[in-house]
Amino acid sequence: MKKRDVLLTTLGLLILWQLSAMLLNRPILPTPLVVAKVFVQELGHGLVLHFLASLWRVVASMLLSVALAAPAGLVIGQSPRLNRLFSPLIYVLYPIPKVVFVPIILLILGIGDLPKIVLIFLILFFQIVVLVRDQAANIPPQLIHSLRSLGAGRRALFRFVYFPASLPAILTALRQSVGTAVAVLYIAELFATQRGLGYYIYYKGSTLLDYPAMYAGVVAMSLLGLGLYFSVDWLERRLCPWLHAS
Amino acid sequence: MIATQGLTFGYSNAVPIFQDFSWQVGRGETWAVIGPSGCGKTTLLYLLAGLRQPTSGQVLIDGQLLERPRPHTGLILQDYGLLPWATVGENAALGLRVRNFYGPDGTHAPRDYRPSGEVNPWLERLGLTAVAEQYPQQISGGQRQRTAIARTLAIQPDLLLMDEPFSSLDALTREDLQDLTLELCAEQKLTLVIVTHAIEEAAMLGKKVLILSLPPNRQPVIIENPLAGSPGYRQSAVYQSVCQALRSQMETS
Repeated sequence: MKKRDVLLTTLGLLILWQLSAMLLNRPILPTPLVVAKVFVQELGHGLVLHFLASLWRVVASMLLSVALAAPAGLVIGQSPRLNRLFSPLIYVLYPIPKVVFVPIILLILGIGDLPKIVLIFLILFFQIVVLVRDQAANIPPQLIHSLRSLGAGRRALFRFVYFPASLPAILTALRQSVGTAVAVLYIAELFATQRGLGYYIYYKGSTLLDYPAMYAGVVAMSLLGLGLYFSVDWLERRLCPWLHAS
Repeated sequence: MIATQGLTFGYSNAVPIFQDFSWQVGRGETWAVIGPSGCGKTTLLYLLAGLRQPTSGQVLIDGQLLERPRPHTGLILQDYGLLPWATVGENAALGLRVRNFYGPDGTHAPRDYRPSGEVNPWLERLGLTAVAEQYPQQISGGQRQRTAIARTLAIQPDLLLMDEPFSSLDALTREDLQDLTLELCAEQKLTLVIVTHAIEEAAMLGKKVLILSLPPNRQPVIIENPLAGSPGYRQSAVYQSVCQALRSQMETS
């Protein structure tokens, strides 16, 4: 995606927002300028801390899920026997909407960051396991034979084939699930916490009826999602240059 | 160099592809293996590469029983043999990187192996220096097979096994690479076994041609072709007659 196109699109969306706000002309939809001013003010009044709390939770769950799901997907995918054993389990668990586990996770893990991280982890984990497993299972046998004929055993196959082959799958899974992760983060932060953008948005909007501040929170959460998305995109370009070679 | 003794191999519940099959290849010989689809020519190559194990009987390479891929055997497949995420240079160095990864343990790399990453002379020899930084999908099919050849020769093999290596290339590139293969085999004193479905390729490359037929294969059927690879052979009458002999032999068997 070209930088110029992204900027132009953002500008277009801001204009649309401005026009809607002028048309509606009610406090529930302040103009972008008003929100921008409040956003800057709120940064000094705790918004940064809420942002950091949310950022930590979502990044921690991303790292945790990559650390556990990528090896699991690799091990399952490269062995047809393990694949037969685990695929039915993954098949059943994958489509279950993990967000409905919020009350259960809260009951078991209590308050604090852990239940939020675990919830997002559950969602990301399955996405990554499935993509990495399929990637590892679909490596052409000719590639494996070539490597084995060069002397590669299991360890070298992981190092030279399975690991690099799964990198794009990991990053694709992350990119696809960043949106879901942030959405679920919002839900998770509505409960049992006073830190995080989810809490902030809900508190400002529903309790204080301070709409511009609520919008500042929404903007912060959008920036969180965008920032993560762009970071994964950037990582993919750095780590997988062959995908972008013409 | 290669001896199969009473080699028997079959996939479960099917007619065995090889049954008590005994066959010898001398050091420095160039062999082509030809036959119809399903005759087991690729299976034979995988058995010689140590990627499959016989049901019974033995494969001996240099007098040693073959139980797993042997460090001094090079294998080149038709396609998909290159890592898409590695550049041409990295792909060519792959065999060396695998050896450096294990060190000279006698199993994955020869005991006398001295770690080195020197692949540039091979890239140069095969005309790949200019594309060394590119990825396999950016170069032509001929260049991809040259990369596979560079990768194999970099590990200094004495036996080269090729499975239809040129069948997806256009005619001129194919002939070019056939000539190059013969040249390199002579230069590096390699024993060559090349599997092909093309009669012309078998006649051009194999000083001896092994003809396989539909399973089970018991006795090796061999056609001698001593002039293969000599200059201008493609245009000669002998070449034409060998092609004819191969064709009629394949039809009868």
